[in-house]
Amino acid sequence: MDSLSVDHLIGIKDLTNNDIDLIFKTADAFKEVINRPIKKVPSLRDITIANLFFENSTRTRLSFELAEKRLSSDVVNFSAASSSVKKGETLIDTVNNILSMKVDMVVMRHPNPGAAKFLSERVDARVINAGDGTHEHPTQALLDAYSIRERLGTVKGKKVVIVGDILHSRVALSNIYCLQKLGAEVMVCGPTTLIPKYIHELGVKVEHNLVKALEWCDVANMLRIQLERQDIKYFPSLREYSMQYGLTKEILDNLDKKIVVMHPGPINRGVEITSDVADSEQAIILQQVENGVAVRMAVIYLLASKIKRQ
Amino acid sequence: MERQVILNSRHFELTINRLCYQLIEIHNDFSNTVLIGLQPRGVNLVTRLKEQLESILEKEIVCGNLDITFYRDDFRRREMPLIPSATNIDFVIEGKNVVLVDDVLYTGRTIRSGLDALLAFGRPEKVELLTLIDRRFKRDLPIQADYVGKTVDTLKSERVSVEWEEIEGEDKVVLFTPEANG
Repeated sequence: MDSLSVDHLIGIKDLTNNDIDLIFKTADAFKEVINRPIKKVPSLRDITIANLFFENSTRTRLSFELAEKRLSSDVVNFSAASSSVKKGETLIDTVNNILSMKVDMVVMRHPNPGAAKFLSERVDARVINAGDGTHEHPTQALLDAYSIRERLGTVKGKKVVIVGDILHSRVALSNIYCLQKLGAEVMVCGPTTLIPKYIHELGVKVEHNLVKALEWCDVANMLRIQLERQDIKYFPSLREYSMQYGLTKEILDNLDKKIVVMHPGPINRGVEITSDVADSEQAIILQQVENGVAVRMAVIYLLASKIKRQ
Repeated sequence: MERQVILNSRHFELTINRLCYQLIEIHNDFSNTVLIGLQPRGVNLVTRLKEQLESILEKEIVCGNLDITFYRDDFRRREMPLIPSATNIDFVIEGKNVVLVDDVLYTGRTIRSGLDALLAFGRPEKVELLTLIDRRFKRDLPIQADYVGKTVDTLKSERVSVEWEEIEGEDKVVLFTPEANG
């Protein structure tokens, strides 16, 4: 059997189809593990992983931490708010200080695009990108595709629309790469101001009307409006955005097929998605979270197996 | 490689039959006993034992598969990552008599991992080991089987392969010996 073609997980762009297959197959096994009475395996007992979060995160950090602990690795957490970064230390210095405490792998979220790649080229540890600015968020894309595969049997040939703030979304970019590699058709939908100008060069369809987009698709991935990245006004008001692009039960019920609704979280209920849709049978939002742990376990396990024992 | 059949299809069947009666001797009607096959190759043996036991006892025998990949002691000691197979234990093993089943017992390391993996599902009353082929004198760990199909004495350079009708086309056990130099 194969091993991953990469030593770090920086972006979906670097992965081969084989890599994604391997991650999914391994995640299947871990999904069974996390439903056992004892949800833990001893594989990574001698591996130490540092979670470096230079940007806020609840779900991703918890998910990574659980994945690491269920593989029996030792975990240290670090968040920028309470660190020496505030005192002026550089990224490389911060990380090298942590690595000198014998850390084998780094999971990093950082506000600057390319931070994970920069780090992977300069430190002696495996790096997993947990989101770098508006660039990529590979594990989210993997768990999204994994959840589609679980619900619909396959990703190949499915039509997926990503709705919302495509401009600021690392989830959107990673999802586009991942879904296209797996043979899905991808459309993005949102107000003109939130769709990057050259997005069609990635081979995705662009649609500005939500209902038309939903009529086309099998799966709708509703992105969160990133209030923290709207320094200038991209739309007049949240209420207007929600009226144009919010997914309501009424719109969903008026479609002639049952589409799958996804959301990477955290949900702004009543903005991009209403409560009754988020809690409906068609939404697989909580399954995404569960699969997130299994997929992250698979990624960590496969990367760790490339660290040779001394 | 020189190949020698050490168990042909007729003896294969007889051996499986005998193992079934040995199991019945100890476990009676299997009311508190389950069979668990170790992935990947122990699973074929469990399927065969289950068929045979069910036709003798005329009742359903509870069986499962256990993958031991994440419990192995050679993680990160190989070039390639260890890729898991499916685990399928949809019953409670707490308080049960468990018979672990594998095709070949050699170093004992797989069984060691299997015992660890099994405990993640609960605390069995008793665990026993059944193996079709026991490669005697080659153990790395103090592990012995309770039920043995056939015992063979082999060199480290040799290889024993259990073949199945449903996979390889014929039930047999083959011993591969490297040809001597010169």
